[in-house]
Amino acid sequence: MFDFLDDYDVLGAFWTTVQLTLLSAVGSLIWGTLLAAMRVGPVPLMRGFGTAYVNIVRNIPLTVIILFSSLGLHDTLGISLGAGDIVDKANFRLAVLGLIVYTSAFVCEAIRSGINTVPVGQAEAARAIGLNFTQVLFLVVLPQAFRAAVGPLANVLIALTKNTTVAAAIGVAEAALLMKDMVEKEAQLLLISAIIAFGFCCLTLPTGLILGWVGKKVAVKR
Amino acid sequence: MTSVLYDAQGPRAKRRNILYTVVFLAALAALVWWVYSALDEKNQLDWALWKPYLGGGTEAYSTYIWPGLQNTLEAAALSMLLALPLGAVLGIARLSDHVWVRVPAAVVVEFFRAIPVLVLMIFGLALFAQYTDVSSDDRPFYAVVTGLVLYNASVLAEIVRAGILSLPKGQSEAAMAIGLRKGQVMRTILLPQAVTAMLPAIVSQLVVIVKDTALGGAVLTFPELLASANTMSAYYGANTIASFTIVAVIYLIINFSLTTFASWLEGRLRRRKKSTGAVLSVDDTAGIPGHAGTGTSA
Repeated sequence: MFDFLDDYDVLGAFWTTVQLTLLSAVGSLIWGTLLAAMRVGPVPLMRGFGTAYVNIVRNIPLTVIILFSSLGLHDTLGISLGAGDIVDKANFRLAVLGLIVYTSAFVCEAIRSGINTVPVGQAEAARAIGLNFTQVLFLVVLPQAFRAAVGPLANVLIALTKNTTVAAAIGVAEAALLMKDMVEKEAQLLLISAIIAFGFCCLTLPTGLILGWVGKKVAVKR
Repeated sequence: MTSVLYDAQGPRAKRRNILYTVVFLAALAALVWWVYSALDEKNQLDWALWKPYLGGGTEAYSTYIWPGLQNTLEAAALSMLLALPLGAVLGIARLSDHVWVRVPAAVVVEFFRAIPVLVLMIFGLALFAQYTDVSSDDRPFYAVVTGLVLYNASVLAEIVRAGILSLPKGQSEAAMAIGLRKGQVMRTILLPQAVTAMLPAIVSQLVVIVKDTALGGAVLTFPELLASANTMSAYYGANTIASFTIVAVIYLIINFSLTTFASWLEGRLRRRKKSTGAVLSVDDTAGIPGHAGTGTSA
């Protein structure tokens, strides 16, 4: 019954999913935090840029962004992010780029919701002892905001894990593409679907449980 | 709230902000220039490539974009219509007093939320191919709707549950005090109020559905809006950049109107004095595990 699995690299496909998730998570956490800093900062132009970025990116399908990075950036403009002529490698990197561009908008909003939970008195006290904006933000507000944002960020991470399947649209060999390949060639639809579904449950459910627990643990008691 | 992070600006801070603005503007300008020159170098700014969309002709819109858009909207609307009742049943079942109703409903909801919607679509496509005689032209549409309904019903179940739980406890207590049965309390007291409270969240879930239909175009050969971009760039001479830009702008307009409508609705419901004041905010859906607000999936 499970014989046909020998022909397919199921674990390898899920490893690609995990890689896509982790690389995009790190990238979008950094870029999303910068966007959040811009959105709450004192420079009007940066605030406008942050707001515009989030509103535009959130309202465009991820599929459009990822497909554009392959067909537009790679095929038309010849941008391969240092992968040269190796198409698989280029597609993987472009998928990560697309996921970062998209996910960072949600990271930005999650962090902003975290910033909103920090009592006004914290920032006021920090300003009263003479800290400037950067110091107020990075020494006082953000450390507390991140602790409050663990829950929302966990949701973004879970959504990101599921969103990596969109990379199948540009031929990155991750779990959804493998599933598509398998259901077309094999007659074991229910078994194949159960395996893939089980794999994603293993990735997303523990993330939610563990980060939910961490979120409660690190939350600032007020 | 944000202005509390920094002081009212004195002359030095103002000078510094101007400096930041100039530096940021320069960086932005450099980015725009880089994009422009990259496009220009590959002749992607040639008028011939943009003419079908911006040249006043309607051929591109009537032949490619409008039929694609129709499919997108049709699939999204049908998915929402089917997912709403299913989600309501699952959401109410999760609040049941009976363990044997509550637990299975919870398992179903958690399971379908843990799985990417694309996986559900691929499953649907193969399912219809192997076990039904739906013609191969219609299969992608059925598969997209199946995937979207299964996924969004479970998300809507959580929205319904959160909507009912957001009502003050006094509502059901008062209803029970005047002798209504459990079913009556749910039907006549809780649900009508919860539906109003969760309207904004439901509208913003529509954004997610519209965005997810694009997966059908990219992976399942469902001829929706995004797929029409591919067809057009083949027909109009490799104008990938122009086609994608137009399609992205159309998605942006639809979803931005929906988002704006959802926030307007939320503000209106909050200001209303008649209700219990319970409103499930657009952002509250972000509190649902595995669901990142308006952007769960693709």
